[in-house]
Amino acid sequence: MSRRIWWLAVASLLLWAMTPTGWAAAPSKLEIFSWWTAGGEAEGLAGLFSVYKKLYPNVEIINATVAGGAGAQAKAVLATRLAGGDPPDSFQVHAGLEVEKYNPARFLEPLDDLFKSEGWERVLPKDLLTLLRYQGRFWSVPVNIHRANVLWYNRKVFQDNNLTPPKTFDEFFKVADALKAKGIVPFVFGSKDGWEAGHVFEVVLVGTLGAEGYRGLWTGKTPWTDARVTQALNTFKRMLTYVNTDHPALTWDGAGQYLIDGKGAMQIMGDWQDGWFQSKRYTGYGWAPPPGTAGIFDALSDSFALPKGAKNRQNAVNWLKVVGSREGQEAFNPKKGSICARTDCSPGLFNQYLQSAARDWKTNALVPSVMHGAAAFESWATKFKDIVALFVTSGDVAKTQAALQSACRDAKVCK
Amino acid sequence: MLLITGLKSFEEVNLYRMWDLPTRFSLDSFLKAWFGSESQGFRGINSNFWNSVRLAVPATLLSAALGSLNGYVLSKWRFRGADGLFTLLLFGMFIPYQSILIPLVQLLSRIGLYGTIPGLIFVHVVYGIPITTLIFRNYYATVPGELVEAAKIDGAGILGIYRHVVFPISMPAFAVVMIWQFTSIWNDFLFGVIVTPRPAVQPVMVALNNLAGSYIVEWNVQMAGALLAALPTMLVYVVLGRYFMRGLLAGSLKG
Amino acid sequence: MVQTKPLAAARWRSGRWRLRNPDRVIAVLLVLPSLAAIAVFVYGFIGFTAFASLTRWDNLVPDFSWVGLENYFRLFNTQRFQIDLRNTVTFTSLFLLTSLALGFALAVLLDRRIRGEGIFRSLYLFPLALSFIVTGVVWRWLLNPGSAELGSTGVNLLLDRVGLGALKSGWYTDPRIGIKAVVIAAVWQMSGYMMAMYLAGLRGIPEELREAALVDGASEFQVYRHIIVPLLHPITLGALIILGHISLKIFDLVVAMTGPGPGFSSDVPALFMFDTTFRGNNFAQGAGIAIILLVMVAALIVPYLIYSLRTEVQR
Repeated sequence: MSRRIWWLAVASLLLWAMTPTGWAAAPSKLEIFSWWTAGGEAEGLAGLFSVYKKLYPNVEIINATVAGGAGAQAKAVLATRLAGGDPPDSFQVHAGLEVEKYNPARFLEPLDDLFKSEGWERVLPKDLLTLLRYQGRFWSVPVNIHRANVLWYNRKVFQDNNLTPPKTFDEFFKVADALKAKGIVPFVFGSKDGWEAGHVFEVVLVGTLGAEGYRGLWTGKTPWTDARVTQALNTFKRMLTYVNTDHPALTWDGAGQYLIDGKGAMQIMGDWQDGWFQSKRYTGYGWAPPPGTAGIFDALSDSFALPKGAKNRQNAVNWLKVVGSREGQEAFNPKKGSICARTDCSPGLFNQYLQSAARDWKTNALVPSVMHGAAAFESWATKFKDIVALFVTSGDVAKTQAALQSACRDAKVCK
Repeated sequence: MLLITGLKSFEEVNLYRMWDLPTRFSLDSFLKAWFGSESQGFRGINSNFWNSVRLAVPATLLSAALGSLNGYVLSKWRFRGADGLFTLLLFGMFIPYQSILIPLVQLLSRIGLYGTIPGLIFVHVVYGIPITTLIFRNYYATVPGELVEAAKIDGAGILGIYRHVVFPISMPAFAVVMIWQFTSIWNDFLFGVIVTPRPAVQPVMVALNNLAGSYIVEWNVQMAGALLAALPTMLVYVVLGRYFMRGLLAGSLKG
Repeated sequence: MVQTKPLAAARWRSGRWRLRNPDRVIAVLLVLPSLAAIAVFVYGFIGFTAFASLTRWDNLVPDFSWVGLENYFRLFNTQRFQIDLRNTVTFTSLFLLTSLALGFALAVLLDRRIRGEGIFRSLYLFPLALSFIVTGVVWRWLLNPGSAELGSTGVNLLLDRVGLGALKSGWYTDPRIGIKAVVIAAVWQMSGYMMAMYLAGLRGIPEELREAALVDGASEFQVYRHIIVPLLHPITLGALIILGHISLKIFDLVVAMTGPGPGFSSDVPALFMFDTTFRGNNFAQGAGIAIILLVMVAALIVPYLIYSLRTEVQR
């Protein structure tokens, strides 16, 4: 008797465990994949969702986010899902050459018709359209523009010490020495996720080689063996002598706490830091172009793609329309701390920093960010990231420069 | 020892006061770890916890059943080459699973099991065969052959002997195997992170790693999450520690 | 050959064959699914991975054009992989030595039949019930170094409190320590296991042996050195195999505790494989790393398996 009951229990357990979840009658779904989980990013995404819900109230949005800065974790998950034939309905991808990684011809639907019918080619800047085209077609809809080269600083710390934001690297080191003498961390840095060092070095490269020279690094016009690259490496190495000692344990936002607390003075990070400051209700920050990069806009753009075989294709197409619409971008960007990809958003919605970024976007020389998917194929960008991360601990300039050159050779861009 | 200290400081932990004993008892961090926090934008681990239950329970039962049959045949019904085959089977216990992940993902997506809990159950059952077979085989080796012979003379066949003679005395081995498998499946990370990339489907350990991986989650919430995720295996250990020990020693090849 | 037929016929008539043979067939049928599964999922898959490592498959879409050993050459020229191999050697040697020594010492202490043995044993074994992920998360927090600017945390704070501030260090954030910090967590988790194995071994040694030696005037230490340790050799061997293969494959703990660390100082091949394959989609190179991992593990395991198979057969 008791044995029979036991078997029954086991059988029912098995049955319960085998029942698939989510078979309840949910009429229509939309699964959006991104790596926006922190403060302002999550709020911006929620803003996009609410615009979508207003238009399509019957669709249940599944927010499939994977944490991790610059999407390092998320990209692994996404690649696995695409390769495994289980794509989300739409996913986040950096505009530019990053799309190559997803093998568009095989895994993505081209969106040229959508661009035409929605009239996006008229409202998006030319430089951005150029960046978006891969193999002559559009594969994703841009929602914003970010700037990678911003020097954030604590205004009070600068005032108390009678300092102004440095315009050249020489000035930077002068300022840093003055701050160091006061026991303040001059240059706030977090390197835990592995890409932050690459990000800072990219900005140093821009500041050392200028727009033309930096662009040439990714097209083969500027050799990586160039003396200016050596100079950039030496500058970066020297900058690292002014950082907080615990940088390997901190992400960029973790390190940002130094700035908020007034224990640190300067940080080079993209302008998502502006959104993060806001989510922390912190207003005491100032911004300036990092040394040597005045008049240059190191740009990246987040966009959304449509994978082949999306389970809810129509909902996903509607999502892309929202992403590309003015209303969607106005709901998203002020919170995310980025500017609209479209040129017709009303400036009044944005805070002071973003208005200044929007002005620069129209006038500055544009260069594509490598650490954020615009300048190079993913495999090359990954090598660049690893080489720079290694340089932070080794400090070996010659070896690093040789490695950068051979990465360029592997990418078939350099001879 | 460390764990005890860790547990004590789970409440109101912050990095700079972590060695002080809690001054007031609060469940906030546990609730946050369990349900997540909409405002801070991170998921709790509650649904993932149940995913793990749905995964570990059937996978454990299935691999125990398989292991029992294999062990029975390989110890009491040896055919020529059985020992060699058994050694080949054992090798599967030690391989770094990285060496099979790539084709595994390909195959699972072909048969439509990729990204699902049943797919994960399947994977754990298959790669659990070596260890469960080993433990059962070592256990059945201690069952006197006379018992089987006597049943044979009574005219029982292979299945009859299993049912009436061997299975009834298998309970200790079942306990050991089930505890072992349950613990290792519950604690697995690699298969979980590869086979189920979707946050909603992931087992609890993957969710815990994601929870701990983002800066927005406070330390005390991470610790609370770690404790919650470890709870089932801790309970198993506390309640069934005796069998747990045996499983460990059985796992060391020469039971 | 000539003999068998009449014999079989005789058996068939006597009915014994009929009884045995179906059972033989059923026996094989019972284990067949498992054997087939292992054949495909272990050996077939390893074969596929080995093949993939010799192709140009560096994107989401499989590209099986043959490139020979090029991926391996490239791999060994990659700085990150060189560091990983060094880390593996460091981790494995430290982890094995410390766990074995600690496990043995604890077992000897407990074997003295001290009071509260049960409690101690439960405590030491407790970490084994935990996932490497849990261990990693907890230890990441314990060994979080804090910083000169914001004050200490975790273990460093404890050291401060008890006046050993001089022992503070950057733990896993210091590239010189890196992987060694992970060793601490791994030893914490596994040394109880070693203790259990040694304890079982010690309990299996007959009391008379010891007493006889002591009567012969050997010191306690000599007894351990010349009698007990040699008797425990098989256990040590088994322990080495278990720890060795765990340590070569270590992945979860590193992921949860440190990640690749500063300048890859706590990176391991398994993590590099994961990054390369599932993040960078360079499947061929990922397969290459996996095969190198497999070869390392096989070098450790295969001799042992063959050795146990031989002893099986002799029994």
